[in-house]
Amino acid sequence: MAALRVLVGVKRVIDFAVKVRVAPGGAGVQSQGVKHGLNPFCEIALEEAVRLREAGAAQEVIVVSLGTKASQETLRTALAMGADRAVLAEVAEGVTAGPKEVATALAGLVGRLQPQLVILGKQAIDDDCNQTGQLLAAMLDWPQGTFASRVELDSGSVRVQREVDGGLETLRLRLPAVLTADLRLNEPRYATLPNIMKAKKKPLEVIPAADLGVPGGSPRLKVLQVQEPPPRAGGEKVENVQDLLGKLRQSGRI
Amino acid sequence: MALRRVLALGAALGRRSCCSKPSLPPDFVEALRAVAGAPNVSTAAAVREQHGHDESMHPCAPPDVVVWPQAVGQVQELAALCHRCRVPMVPFGTGTGLEGGVNAVQGGVCFDLSRMDGITELSLEDFSVTVEPGVTRKALNKHLRGTGLWFPVDPGADASLCGMAATGASGTNAVRYGTMRPNVLNLRVVLPDGRLLHTAGPGRQPRKRAAGYDLTSLFVGSEGTLGFLTQATLRLHPLPEATAVTVASFPSVGAAVACTVQVLQAAVPVARIEFLDEVMADACGRFSGKGLPVAATLLLELHGSRHSLAEQQQQMEEIMRQNGGSGLAWAEGLEEREQLWSMRHNAWYAALALRPGCQGYSTDVCVPISRLPDVVVETKQDLQASGLTGPMVGHVGDGNFHCILVFNSQDPEEAQRVHAFTERLGRRALAAGGTCTGEHGVGLGKRALLLEELGQEGLDTLRSIKAALDPHNLMNPGKVL
Repeated sequence: MAALRVLVGVKRVIDFAVKVRVAPGGAGVQSQGVKHGLNPFCEIALEEAVRLREAGAAQEVIVVSLGTKASQETLRTALAMGADRAVLAEVAEGVTAGPKEVATALAGLVGRLQPQLVILGKQAIDDDCNQTGQLLAAMLDWPQGTFASRVELDSGSVRVQREVDGGLETLRLRLPAVLTADLRLNEPRYATLPNIMKAKKKPLEVIPAADLGVPGGSPRLKVLQVQEPPPRAGGEKVENVQDLLGKLRQSGRI
Repeated sequence: MALRRVLALGAALGRRSCCSKPSLPPDFVEALRAVAGAPNVSTAAAVREQHGHDESMHPCAPPDVVVWPQAVGQVQELAALCHRCRVPMVPFGTGTGLEGGVNAVQGGVCFDLSRMDGITELSLEDFSVTVEPGVTRKALNKHLRGTGLWFPVDPGADASLCGMAATGASGTNAVRYGTMRPNVLNLRVVLPDGRLLHTAGPGRQPRKRAAGYDLTSLFVGSEGTLGFLTQATLRLHPLPEATAVTVASFPSVGAAVACTVQVLQAAVPVARIEFLDEVMADACGRFSGKGLPVAATLLLELHGSRHSLAEQQQQMEEIMRQNGGSGLAWAEGLEEREQLWSMRHNAWYAALALRPGCQGYSTDVCVPISRLPDVVVETKQDLQASGLTGPMVGHVGDGNFHCILVFNSQDPEEAQRVHAFTERLGRRALAAGGTCTGEHGVGLGKRALLLEELGQEGLDTLRSIKAALDPHNLMNPGKVL
């Protein structure tokens, strides 16, 4: 088996099925008591890493996250999906971290754990930033293959097929490299009960985020306001096509 | 106020006759609005039409008004109101039934329960969860992601779980995991007069019980004729550790079905075993773009631990070879397996694609496994003799198969041949000791066959139960009985 170590970054986000509401004050969304889960793109990244290990192309999958204590649950789910061990870069309750902070923590962990490949989800479904992978690659000065829809490991390099605006682009990157996973890369497995049981015994290390160089204080990106879209106005019935055209012209639509 | 006036009026209104459709009492809709809130009550023609039909061929029969209760208390108040005024009530989940179960043939109020969509009381240790009507089977399984548990009953549509309880639904996994009936532990029912009933007692979900008549089982499959299923407590199962799927073609329908019988007799704990006749296999292959040999086909799935799976695979291969089966490559990866199954799940659309512009009707008989080969072969002969397009697909592990009849409903002669064929098929199944409906329910179209199946005593007993719970025949009148 190749001695390749893969680092997968995951984020705990509000579950995609939840109907999100704006928090009072408009500075964010209601997240207390709301169902959370593993970010879907992170799940895909993790699945890819586990498949690489199962195929013998990688030796170890380490899953990491930057978050509060609650992220431990998310890391246990990742362990149940097949990661070998987990690390939590812990921040205090109420602290939010943006892409710059996460990339800093990941860079610190890369320094400690020495992976040859880092796979992240392309973006988180709460902020949709799509920045962390790119920032991390820049910090480490590693090549990056983002929006990956197909990954093939060779010795010393990785072939990545990317989904870009014009279609599909294939790159070959020298290892070590950073990849970010897109939707069509794979279909993540469901954790089974035996694996959930086993995951409870897998190692989960907690490190204060500050130890990895993540600065305290507010994140670089500040959310100024969140608001719901305007309520839908009632429709209007018209008598004939002339009226319809008239109304459309009036409202400036044609 | 308005409510009191209507309640006073209701007392004087008297019984509605079976075949008439009198208009609603004055101020009745206002009274509904007072309970549910004006935005949750609609008399708009488009909304009523949408709620007057399901996925079956039965003509649309819109209700007089549609309400969307937000909580069980509202369902109770609305039901009590309808009961006092003797107005028919029709429960509505996702409208994906196949027997006209939601068609409001006597008008009345359609209770669209989809806004009640809570998932509560998930217990990983007790393997149970409680859901309201707005929760569909796929939504529940997505919610369960990461817990290691799943709910295996999978009819074709992404149906409401409470709706599935109401029709006693089944799916491809029934051969190993059971249909809805064994997987419903408790139901919170609103009776026709508005009283609340918990069929296994409030807040209880024992895995087995011997306490009194089995009310849960009574309401499962009641098709909205005994009360509103406003919440169901379901039995969950652990996800299999390993799964493998294979497709095999056989030289004849008889060989494929005989193979199924042998697999079951060998006690291989097969999770899914689905049959496609050569017309269906061809249609599915073409529709999915993957191509399948034009032959009687079995699509089957095995669940187990890594070790037990290998053993099951070996047993399966032997039995399939003995019956002339070919093409036995196993798919174990998630994407491959999903591709194979989506070919089967799209059977309805693949069948319709055989004759674009036509409508489809699915038959649904279920016979003892020992009689399955004969019944299937006879049915195919009948199809050919009647000149009908009716690809066959089936959960052969349960003895249940569907002919998807694709025909031009505007052509009265062809429609007549279809009707005659389905009657013969129903009777053929009954003669073989089976049932006229394995999973779709009786609904509007199979009431006559129900009498033949149960006999007069059976039907009279059903009528007594109906009369005891719904003496004014307000719950989904015109269905089942």
